[in-house]
Amino acid sequence: MKPHELIGRWPVLRQVAEGDTLGRGKAVQSAKTEQLRPRTDEAQHVVQSICPYCAVGCGQLVYVRDGKVDQIEGDPDSPISRGRLCPKGAASKNLVTSPSREYKVKYRRPHGTEWEELELDEAMEMIADRVIETRTATWQKQGDSGAATERTMGIAMLGGATLDNEENYLIKKLAMGLGVVQVENQARI
Amino acid sequence: MGTSFGRGGATTFQQDLANSDAILIMGSNMAENHPVGFQWVMEARLKGATVMHVDPRFTRTSAMANLHVPIRAGSDIAFLGGIVNYILENERWLDEYVKHFTNAPVIIDERFQDTEDLDGFFSGFDPDKRIYDTSTWHYAGMPVQETAGERAKGGTKGEQSGHGAQAGHLAHGEPPEEDETLQHPRCVFQLLKKHYRRYTPEMVSQICGCTKEQFLEVAETLCENSGRERTSAIVYSVGWTQHTVGVQYIRTAAIIQLLLGNIGRPGGGIMALRGHASIQGSTDLATLYNVLPGYLPMPHAEKDTDLASYLDNHAGTTGWWGHFEAYFISQLKSFWGANSTEDNDFCFDYLPKIDGDHSTYQTAMDMIDRKVRGFFLFGENPAVGSANSRLQRFGLASLDWLVVRDFVEIESASFWKDAPELETGELKTEEIGTEVFFVPAASHVEKDGSFTNTQRLVQWHFQALEPEGDCRSDLWFVYHLGRKIREKLAGSNDPRDRPILDLTWQYATSGPLEEPSADQVLREINGIGPDGKALGTYADLKPDGSTACGCWIYCGIYGDEENKAARKKPGGEQTWVASNWAWAWPLNRRILYNRASADSKGRPWSERKKYVWWDGRKKKWVGEDVPDFQEDKPPTFVPTDDAKAEDAIAGDHPFILQADGRGWLFAAAGLMDGPLPTHYEPHESPFDNPLYSQRANPTRQLSPRAENPYNPAPSDAYPYVFSTYRLTEHHTAGGMSRTVPYLAELQPEFFCEVSPGLAKERGLEHGGWATIITSRTAIEARVLVTERMKPIVVDGRPVHQVGVPYHWGTRGLTKGDSGNDLFPGALDPIVHTQEVRAASCDIQPGRRPRGKALRELVESYPSTVEASA
Repeated sequence: MKPHELIGRWPVLRQVAEGDTLGRGKAVQSAKTEQLRPRTDEAQHVVQSICPYCAVGCGQLVYVRDGKVDQIEGDPDSPISRGRLCPKGAASKNLVTSPSREYKVKYRRPHGTEWEELELDEAMEMIADRVIETRTATWQKQGDSGAATERTMGIAMLGGATLDNEENYLIKKLAMGLGVVQVENQARI
Repeated sequence: MGTSFGRGGATTFQQDLANSDAILIMGSNMAENHPVGFQWVMEARLKGATVMHVDPRFTRTSAMANLHVPIRAGSDIAFLGGIVNYILENERWLDEYVKHFTNAPVIIDERFQDTEDLDGFFSGFDPDKRIYDTSTWHYAGMPVQETAGERAKGGTKGEQSGHGAQAGHLAHGEPPEEDETLQHPRCVFQLLKKHYRRYTPEMVSQICGCTKEQFLEVAETLCENSGRERTSAIVYSVGWTQHTVGVQYIRTAAIIQLLLGNIGRPGGGIMALRGHASIQGSTDLATLYNVLPGYLPMPHAEKDTDLASYLDNHAGTTGWWGHFEAYFISQLKSFWGANSTEDNDFCFDYLPKIDGDHSTYQTAMDMIDRKVRGFFLFGENPAVGSANSRLQRFGLASLDWLVVRDFVEIESASFWKDAPELETGELKTEEIGTEVFFVPAASHVEKDGSFTNTQRLVQWHFQALEPEGDCRSDLWFVYHLGRKIREKLAGSNDPRDRPILDLTWQYATSGPLEEPSADQVLREINGIGPDGKALGTYADLKPDGSTACGCWIYCGIYGDEENKAARKKPGGEQTWVASNWAWAWPLNRRILYNRASADSKGRPWSERKKYVWWDGRKKKWVGEDVPDFQEDKPPTFVPTDDAKAEDAIAGDHPFILQADGRGWLFAAAGLMDGPLPTHYEPHESPFDNPLYSQRANPTRQLSPRAENPYNPAPSDAYPYVFSTYRLTEHHTAGGMSRTVPYLAELQPEFFCEVSPGLAKERGLEHGGWATIITSRTAIEARVLVTERMKPIVVDGRPVHQVGVPYHWGTRGLTKGDSGNDLFPGALDPIVHTQEVRAASCDIQPGRRPRGKALRELVESYPSTVEASA
C-alpha cells in the first residue's frame, strides 16, 4: 500500500472527507465490517411479541432460526417502547433459552428425598384425581353461620400476574366450576 | 382508584406523561423499575416539565428529577395531606372543575364525625370487631340501603375489592342535598378542609422528616402547573400499595388531582405503574377471591343467598353500574351456556360463595392448620415473594399435594429439600408429607395470548415456536385438567358436580400438543349477541340471557370479529394517542373520564390542553381519543328524576361509573377504613403519631400467631426502619431473573444499603456482611455503605433506614437470603396487600448464625403475638 493510500484510510480524514463527522458510520467501516450482517437477517421468521417482565408492555420482535429463538429485540413499531428494551427485556432470549429451564415433569412423592420422573399425561391424571379426591373430602355445603356456601376450602390457587389474560380467565372459570374460592394472584403481594 | 373515580385502572397512559407540565413520582423508582416507560417522563422534562421525586431513597429516578425530597418510609399520607391542605388554604383549586365534576358540594349525613372530632377515628368504629359501620359516612338524605361497600357489617373485613364496583344507591343521579357555594359546614368541601387543616407544612416536616421548604416547593410546583392551561401527573407503584393504609395513599393522590382539575385531561391523571406483565389483566379477569371478571363481587354466603338478593345488594341504579344485571347474567351465560336459564336463576347457585377473608395470607395459615390441602402455583413463588415467607414455607410443608407451574425449579417447588427451616431443624425432609408435581411452563414466545399492561392496554403476543419437552402453556394445562376432571366425573348424580359438568368447556385445540385457542377464549371474554356474533360494546349486553360475555369491561375487544388486541399498526403511522395499536379497556379509551378534558360547557379548558370536546354542530363529543361519555349527550343534559343508569348522569358529570357521575373527594361508600385518607403510622413504626393518639390504622388486618409474631412497637430493640425494593436487573421473587445468566451476572449478590452514619453506629463495613433482625427471622447481606441512604430527622431525632432488594432466595444462579422473610403479615384492610415497605428492624455486623443458633438469636429479641391497638 502506498503511503498516500494509507493516509487516505486514516479515519479522521475519512470522517471529514466522507461527511461522517461523528465517526459513527461509513468512516469507521473496514472492508470486513462492511460485509457483516446482523444474524437476525437469517431468521426464518419473526413474530411480534410483548415483553413478559414488568407492566410497561414493551414491544418485542422474536426471531426464529432452525426451530430455535435466535434473538429477541425491541419492536420499533410499539408506540410505548419505540424499539427500546431494558436489561431484563433485552435478556428475554436468555430467559426463554436459559440453561436453568426445566423441560420435564418432576415428581416428589410424600416424604420423598429425591425428584422422580413422571410422564406428563400420568401427572395430569394424578393431579385430576387429587383435585377430585380433595374436593370430595373437603366439600363444604354450609359456612360457620349455616348459610349455603357449596364450595371446597381444601384447594387453593395462586398466580396469574405473569400469565395471559386468557389463562387467567380459564383458571377462574374452572375454579368457579369446581367450587374453589381461594384463587389469588400477585396483585395483592 | 375505583373508589375515587369508578374504575380500578390507571387513568392515563404512559405516552401522555410527555404532555405533563409537572410530574410527581412517589412510591416508585420509575427510572430503574420501569425504565422504558420513563422515557416519557424524560420527554416531558425535555419540553420543560418539572419532575419531582418524593421517596425515602435517592435513586436513578431522583438523579433524573429536578427535585428529590427524601421522606420517611410510611409517611406519604402526611405529605400528600399537606398538599391538600396547601391547595385549600391558598385557594388553588380549579373551581369550575371542583364544583361540577367532584362531590365537593354534596352534604354528608349529620351523624358523620371526623378523625378531628374523635382523635384518629371516624364515626361508627366497633372496637371489639375492629371494623367500621360505614352508614354515617353516606350522603345526607340518602335512603339507608346496603351497598357493596357496607358488607363489613356482616363481621368480615375487606371483601370489597377497592378496585371497582361500588354502585351505591341514589334514587336518581343527583345527591339529595348539595351546596353549590361550598359553604355548608357538612358539605364535602368543608369536611375536607377540616380534616386536613392540621396537615400544615410544619406538621409535614415533623412527620416526614423533610424540610418545610422542600415540601412547599413540591406543593407550589403542582399548583403552579395545574389549571386551565397546565396539567400535572402523579405516578406511583408498589411503594404505595404495600402498606397497611395502601389504598388510602392512592386516595390522597386522587383528592389532589381532583382539586387541581387534573383527572381526564392530557398530561394529567394518576399513572399506576404495575410490576408484572399482566397484573392488571389478572385483576380484571379476576384470579382474586373476592371478585369475578370485570370487578363483579363474588357472592357472599350470608348476604347473597339467591340471584335476587345478590342483584339487590350490588346492582347500581344510576351510572353505568346501573346495568350490573346485564353484565352479571351475561357472565353466567358465558360460564354455563345453555344450562343457564331464567328458570334456574341463570345458574347463580352454581357459584361458590365467600364468607370471610380468603386471601393468600389466610390461605397460608389455613395450610398450616390443615384446612387447605391442595395448592396450585401458576408462575408465582410465595416461598420468596410473600411477606413472612417463612410462614408460607411452613404452609407448603403442611399440604397433601402441590402443583407448581413454572419455567425453573423455584424455591416453592424445592422447599422440601432446601428451605432455610431444614437448616434450623424446624423442618425435616422425611417428615414433609407434601406430594409435589412440577409441571414445566411454556414461555411467552411459545404461545399466543394477551397481556394487559399498566395503562389497561391489552396487547397480543404471537407464538413464535412450539414449546419443548413437557413445557405447556397454562391455557393447555387448565383446559386439559378441566377436561380430565369432567371426564372422570361424567355420569355423576351428585348435585355438587353439576357446576363443573355443566360448564361450557368446548375449546378447539390444534397442533401436535392439542393447544387450545387463546383467540377463541378472548372472543368468549368479549362476548356474543343473540345472533352468535361478537359484540362491539357492553352497552349491548342484556339481562335476559340473550347475550353472553366473560368480562364486560373487555367487551368490544373482539368487535367485528377482529382480535383488536393483535392490532399492530406502527406508532409512527398514527397520532400520538396511537388508538390503532392494540386495544385498551374500556372501549379503547386511552385517557379515562376524558369528558373532563372539556369544561362544564363542553369547551376545551384551553387550546393547549385540548383533547375531547363537544362539537355543537355535529352534536357529539369529538377529539383525539374515544370519548369516555355517551357520544351524543350534550354538556347541558339534565336527567329526569326517574332516569336510570347512564341516563341519570348529567352532561357535566364525567365520572360515569359513579352513581352520581362525580369524582369522589369523599368516599361515601366502598372503603372500610375511612372516607378520607388519614395519616397513621406503619404497624411496626418506631414513632408515635403526632396527629392523633390513635397510632396505626385501627382496622388494619393482623394475624398474630407463633409463625407470625410482630415486633413490639415502638421498641428500642428495633431502632431502624426497614424497607424493600427492586433492582432493574431482577424481577420480583427472582424466578425469571436469578435463573437467567445475563441478569444474574449483572446483579450477582444480595446486599443491603445503609448510610455512612448507620455504618459507623453499628460498625458495618462496606463490602462486609451484616445481619438484619426482626421478630420473624434474621437474614444476612453484603453491606453497601452509601450517601444515597440519608438518615431522616423525624420529630427531632435521626432515623436510619435499611434498604434491601427482595429478589433473592436459596436457588438460582445467584443465591441469597430473602428480604421478605423479615416482614410480618400485617395487611391493608381493604385489599389485603402486605406491608413490605416499612417495618422496624435491628442490624448487626457479621454473618448470621447457622442452624439452631439462628432461632436462638431471633428469640433473644422481643416479639409479640398480640394485636396491639
